[in-house]
Amino acid sequence: MSGILRTEKLRVEFTSREFRHATKVALSGLDLEVRAGEIFGFLGPNGAGKTTTINVLLGFVTPKSGTAYLFGIDVRQPIARQRIGYLPEMTYYYKFLTAEELLRFYAKIFGLDRAEADKRIDRLFKLVDLEQARRRPLKTYSKGMQQRVGLAQALINDPDLLILDEPTSGLDPLGRMKVREIIQRVKSEGKTVFFSSHELGEVETICDRVVIINEGALKAEGRVADLVQKYQTRSLEQVFLKVVGYEPGNILAPVATGIPAA
Amino acid sequence: MNKIFAISNVVLLEMYRRKDFYVLFIVTALITAVMGSVTFFKDAEIVRYLKAICLFLIWASSLFIAIGATARQIPAERESRTIFPLMAKPVSRAQILLGKFLGCWLACGVALVIFYAFFGCVAAAREHQWPLANYFQAWAMHWAMLAIVVAMTLLGSLVLTAVSSNITITFIATVAILLVGRYLHKVALAMSEPSATMLTGLYYVIPHLELFDLRDLIIHDWPLVPWSVWSIALVYAAAYTALLLLLSWLVFRKKALQ
Repeated sequence: MSGILRTEKLRVEFTSREFRHATKVALSGLDLEVRAGEIFGFLGPNGAGKTTTINVLLGFVTPKSGTAYLFGIDVRQPIARQRIGYLPEMTYYYKFLTAEELLRFYAKIFGLDRAEADKRIDRLFKLVDLEQARRRPLKTYSKGMQQRVGLAQALINDPDLLILDEPTSGLDPLGRMKVREIIQRVKSEGKTVFFSSHELGEVETICDRVVIINEGALKAEGRVADLVQKYQTRSLEQVFLKVVGYEPGNILAPVATGIPAA
Repeated sequence: MNKIFAISNVVLLEMYRRKDFYVLFIVTALITAVMGSVTFFKDAEIVRYLKAICLFLIWASSLFIAIGATARQIPAERESRTIFPLMAKPVSRAQILLGKFLGCWLACGVALVIFYAFFGCVAAAREHQWPLANYFQAWAMHWAMLAIVVAMTLLGSLVLTAVSSNITITFIATVAILLVGRYLHKVALAMSEPSATMLTGLYYVIPHLELFDLRDLIIHDWPLVPWSVWSIALVYAAAYTALLLLLSWLVFRKKALQ
């Protein structure tokens, strides 16, 4: 087993122009390693740095220090993204294109020839169950259909690593089930899945290994069963709450307003 | 190179499916048709005025198309977040910029072909002649000038946050260069220092878009510009376009996309 996704001491800072150049540390020395063939759950509360980590891995953001590698290649080089597929949290595709045109466009970006692209596009529309709608403009698609097109575009290059950022967010149970089935199928083909999600039940079901980050740093890492045992809890959700420092009752504590409680 | 063509193809498809060009073409055609249908003061030379008006409309429309279409490319990709799935593919930022540039520039070229063909028909209907070489020179110079304008707008779209600011500033800068660019060094002679040096410097820094304006050549049926001079002008346009694209890449290459 080798680390096909690796980050070393990753540090990302954002400087606000509006607020007197205030600096926010989004990631502070994050070390990650994802091994080939596993489904890797990437967890953390809102603002923990999950999306920033993915943004660094995909080259959207340059880290202040530290390095990130995909398949041993520095992520700053576009070729590092040749063997990955990416599905963002929300589907953002050119509304004026049809689903088929979109897949053909991405196939060209990956350098696939026409015959190979045709074959893969046919297979992917079958996989995501959108054969009937492939020639319809994307602006006419429902959210669930758009998410399935998203999965199809993420798989167009037959990736060895699939990066999914909250892939089931906002989907109905049927849509979630479909996405989950596709993830399992991808895993059964020996691919690696990097899976960022808030759906802890889902993560518990499908992930081989998880990490929990908070405030830009790694807080816990391991197999779900091992973490549950280590933190002496019953579920991943309880592990998560413990790791991020949630204390029951805090949310209902009276606010110091000076108004006496009734 | 295939990646650049793929991106430019999407830009062309977007422009083909939007209505901007059709509206501008119909407005130009309507105004020209109305102007062409009347004869002012029984002047036999009215065809020159007609040609001047038609070419002015073509120039204005081409600037609207070039600046309007280019200004929204990168900001619209960021706003609609379509840039993220694209950049998650093995494509460099330079390739994205070049693809966007090529798509917008090719779209301008196609629009110009249609506009000049229409102009040729209007002029031929009155003059019964087709000076194709003159039209070709004027079209090519016009298209070369639009390459500079497209590259300038692309740079503006990376520096300025709002699309409307970029459109306004680039449009004003382009029109200002076209109208007064050639006089800057003469105006500088009448100014005191350091304004004179600054204005003279500006004269040598700005791309002289007015050099590409060959409207008079076809309005007054003047002889062709020597092909050597014409070729040098195209090289001049290519050099400025390359410089502006390089500046755009320097701005874009490390820009955080959140």
